[in-house]
Amino acid sequence: MPTVSMTVNGKSVGKTVEDRTLLVQFLRQDLGLTGTHVGCDTSQCGACVVDVNGHAVKACTLLAAQTEGARVTTIEGLAAADGALHPMQQAFMDNHALQCGFCTPGMVMSAVDLLKRHPNPDEQTIRRELEGNLCRCTGYHNIVKAVQQAAKAMAR
Amino acid sequence: MTETGIGARVKRKEDFRFLTGQGTYTDDINRHGQAHACFLRSPHAHAKLGAINAAKAKAMPGVLAVFTHADLAADKVGGVPCGFGLTQKNGKPQIEPPHPALAAGKVRYAGDAVAMVVAETLAQARDAAEAIEVGYSELPAVVDTAGAPRAKSAVHDEAPNNVCFEWEIGDKAKTDEAFAKAANVSKLEFVNNRLIPNAMEPRAAVGEYDRATGNYTLYTTSQNPHVIRLLMGAFVLAIPEHRLRVVAPDVGGGFGSKIFHYAEEALVTWACRKVGRPVKWTAERSESFLTDAHGRDHVTKVELATDREGNFLGLRVHSIANLGAYLSTFAPMVPTWLYAPLFAGQYRTPAIHAEVIGVFTNTSPVDAYRGAGRPEATYVVERIVETAARDLKLDPAEIRRKNFIAPAQFPYTTPVVLQYDSGQYALAMDKACQLIDYKNFAKRKAEAEKRGRLRGIGFSAYIEACGVAPSAVAGAIGARAGLYEAGVIRFHPTGSVTVITGTHSHGQGHETTFAQLVSDRLGVPYDSIDVVHGDTDRIPFGMGTYGSRSIAVGGSALSKAMDKIVDKGKRIAAHLMEAAVQDIEFKNGAFRVAGTDKQKTIQEVAFAAYVPHNYPLNELEPGLEETAYYDPANFTYPAGTHIAEVEVDPQTGQVEVVDWAAVDDFGNVINPMIVEGQVHGGIAQGIGQALLEGCVYDDRSGQLVTGSYMDYCMPRADNLPSYRVDMTHTPCPHNPLGVKGCGEAGAIAAPAALMNAITNALGIKDLAMPATPERVWRAAQARGARAAE
Ligand code: FES
Ligand code: FES
Repeated sequence: MPTVSMTVNGKSVGKTVEDRTLLVQFLRQDLGLTGTHVGCDTSQCGACVVDVNGHAVKACTLLAAQTEGARVTTIEGLAAADGALHPMQQAFMDNHALQCGFCTPGMVMSAVDLLKRHPNPDEQTIRRELEGNLCRCTGYHNIVKAVQQAAKAMAR
Repeated sequence: MTETGIGARVKRKEDFRFLTGQGTYTDDINRHGQAHACFLRSPHAHAKLGAINAAKAKAMPGVLAVFTHADLAADKVGGVPCGFGLTQKNGKPQIEPPHPALAAGKVRYAGDAVAMVVAETLAQARDAAEAIEVGYSELPAVVDTAGAPRAKSAVHDEAPNNVCFEWEIGDKAKTDEAFAKAANVSKLEFVNNRLIPNAMEPRAAVGEYDRATGNYTLYTTSQNPHVIRLLMGAFVLAIPEHRLRVVAPDVGGGFGSKIFHYAEEALVTWACRKVGRPVKWTAERSESFLTDAHGRDHVTKVELATDREGNFLGLRVHSIANLGAYLSTFAPMVPTWLYAPLFAGQYRTPAIHAEVIGVFTNTSPVDAYRGAGRPEATYVVERIVETAARDLKLDPAEIRRKNFIAPAQFPYTTPVVLQYDSGQYALAMDKACQLIDYKNFAKRKAEAEKRGRLRGIGFSAYIEACGVAPSAVAGAIGARAGLYEAGVIRFHPTGSVTVITGTHSHGQGHETTFAQLVSDRLGVPYDSIDVVHGDTDRIPFGMGTYGSRSIAVGGSALSKAMDKIVDKGKRIAAHLMEAAVQDIEFKNGAFRVAGTDKQKTIQEVAFAAYVPHNYPLNELEPGLEETAYYDPANFTYPAGTHIAEVEVDPQTGQVEVVDWAAVDDFGNVINPMIVEGQVHGGIAQGIGQALLEGCVYDDRSGQLVTGSYMDYCMPRADNLPSYRVDMTHTPCPHNPLGVKGCGEAGAIAAPAALMNAITNALGIKDLAMPATPERVWRAAQARGARAAE
């Protein structure tokens, strides 16, 4: 069994895992970071999105071993060290962009990535960019509003 | 209105934990020494079950046990019960074949569980499941809903023609008479497409047995933990309630699919004692597709009789409803009592008769999915009303207005049993017309035509019966439970409050809404109130959340408990201030002696109740905690009008939803932000049904064709529009809060509005749901061909 080491939310971690361990399993089971969710088995729901080396990635599409040496940020590592919410988290709260909360970690991580590439997105861009993240609760209406608010807040 | 009181857009208490990854969903729970379960499922839709050879699997690394039906039978484990007993039109009970927790003798749908493997790790359990050898001899599968009664094969021996029930409602003779004298009869035949609920959190369960006490704990993805405790404890595992704790922690959406008692949660509870370890099971999405109860799936004929002016005279409906392979918890109720009593819609139709045939097929069980029966009913009524308007060349708003039940006519008894309590239907429709600028639609249509696009508009003036339900009524029609709700208000000595409710939040934001309610009424700061739900050990009882019942029934129970708190508080305050009880008034969190400036805050009263040094101990017990049960007097009747506007590209068959106006009447509203969110989500699911989603089984083999997100088209962000949402407020007259419930409205209203809009754009009578680009393109081409002739 290989040993994998990486930096997760600023901390270095190393564990021996089975070869077939997915990154999302590594995070949830080996590190106990259960904020990253699993919503499907075909890499299509986006509930598992995390940041790997600056890119939003579906953590169910990678083996833990493939992220050897990577810098990984999960939803647990998004807020500031003092607990202040990231502007995207705040915008989700302000705009009621979550209901059951299950899609939320992946949705927030994708939305943060979206703003890196489109700092001032229009509604259509937001909708197109988030099509890899399923939400069954909100109908996306308030998620779009939240991303717009976060874009404004982060432009300041 | 205070910042956190009734009517305020208060941000949600639950959001911080969800936004920071600190929610606790069932799969996030890991118990010490936990083993993992995996189910071997039938690859066939219908087959005789031969020998099951698990010897090899049992010898594999990490495997603790492999169980089959024989093990369950040896332990006298019961089958999965149905919670509703319908009486057929011939007076006989529904056919109710057994539903074994692991298949016995036969498998009846692709996905039916055949064996359960428990192993140290999930990977080991899966590997072992693959090594189990099962002998199947395939039987012809019954797949088609309408064809089931004539199928050559029977899903259950008990129902040789696959009919579970034949049921009717309304006055047939009177309806026939109405049709005989009608100037116009409009007709439609359609399928209400089968849907897969797809809550984003897959079902999961963790069972744990404590040898020292003999107590069981089940963590499960449920909308109603007490109902699971009741059904599983009493019927499946024979565990008395006081030895069984069911916890439904954070639950990632339900939409009905997590109401029902499923075999897997019973099996982990049973197996954890057998193997002496906690046992966890989490569905893979593919398993969710196969085994979560599906929704809808009706084949329907409807006829509406009118006079020449468009006044409705009679409505006749015939539906065949697919129940799947086994009766899920509320399966027989959904296409009957939750469906046909809504056929009056918002209208004065004087004569209605409906017949429903429920059939078994070799498909997943079918049960309640957001709206449960009422979206199907609204689709029947609002599609046929639109059709009548077109047949009679009347404006769709006009024909509705002409037939609306007027505000002065309430309470209004319909020809199909219900007594509507209140409503202002024209008001909501007028507001929706304004919101979407109905009067200028023709201009927009002409403008779209210049761009080569076909623009259409469609109405849906829906009604629903929510707040399930008066227990006596529920019992009379066949429910095997009461449908009241329980609530507790517990003051702590220093004045903070724990609110305990038997309803369950899986996205609805009860922790916020109920805290607002209590803060508003008792004057306690919002931040000093926490809401407890989802744990049978912490809650006296509860029927859970479905049928948009939480605020109407659960909120009303809390309101009654608060009445008791205020009553007791007045007596304590009277003692403290040496005044007569009848002189004490309670307002803004303080008890005052009327006409004086003497007052005691509710916190001071709570403290006195818990530290009763100066307290009327010979008349009153110490403590300030009250429990109330509320059984509703009637259903509530949310209603409103949704109007959809679409543009169709005849070249590609793409439908773009360009505008949406929703005006709903939910009575009084506690948190408009949350209510609007419920409306958005409901509309999205309704648009999903009309435009994208359709569950498909292969006709012959009974294999689920749409078994993943690659094949089942879920609404994604770029498929949907933003919505214009507004409300009217006609308080419910029979519950203490005047509330009606909002969780299902969007899903109920939307499909009819959208299909009315699409058929309007294409100038055709009907189109099957989902209106995929292929179907729309074909219809557009046929229309083009007609125009060219
Ligand atoms: S779990 Fe669904 S995309 Fe990763
Ligand atoms: S908030 Fe429930 S799935 Fe998005």
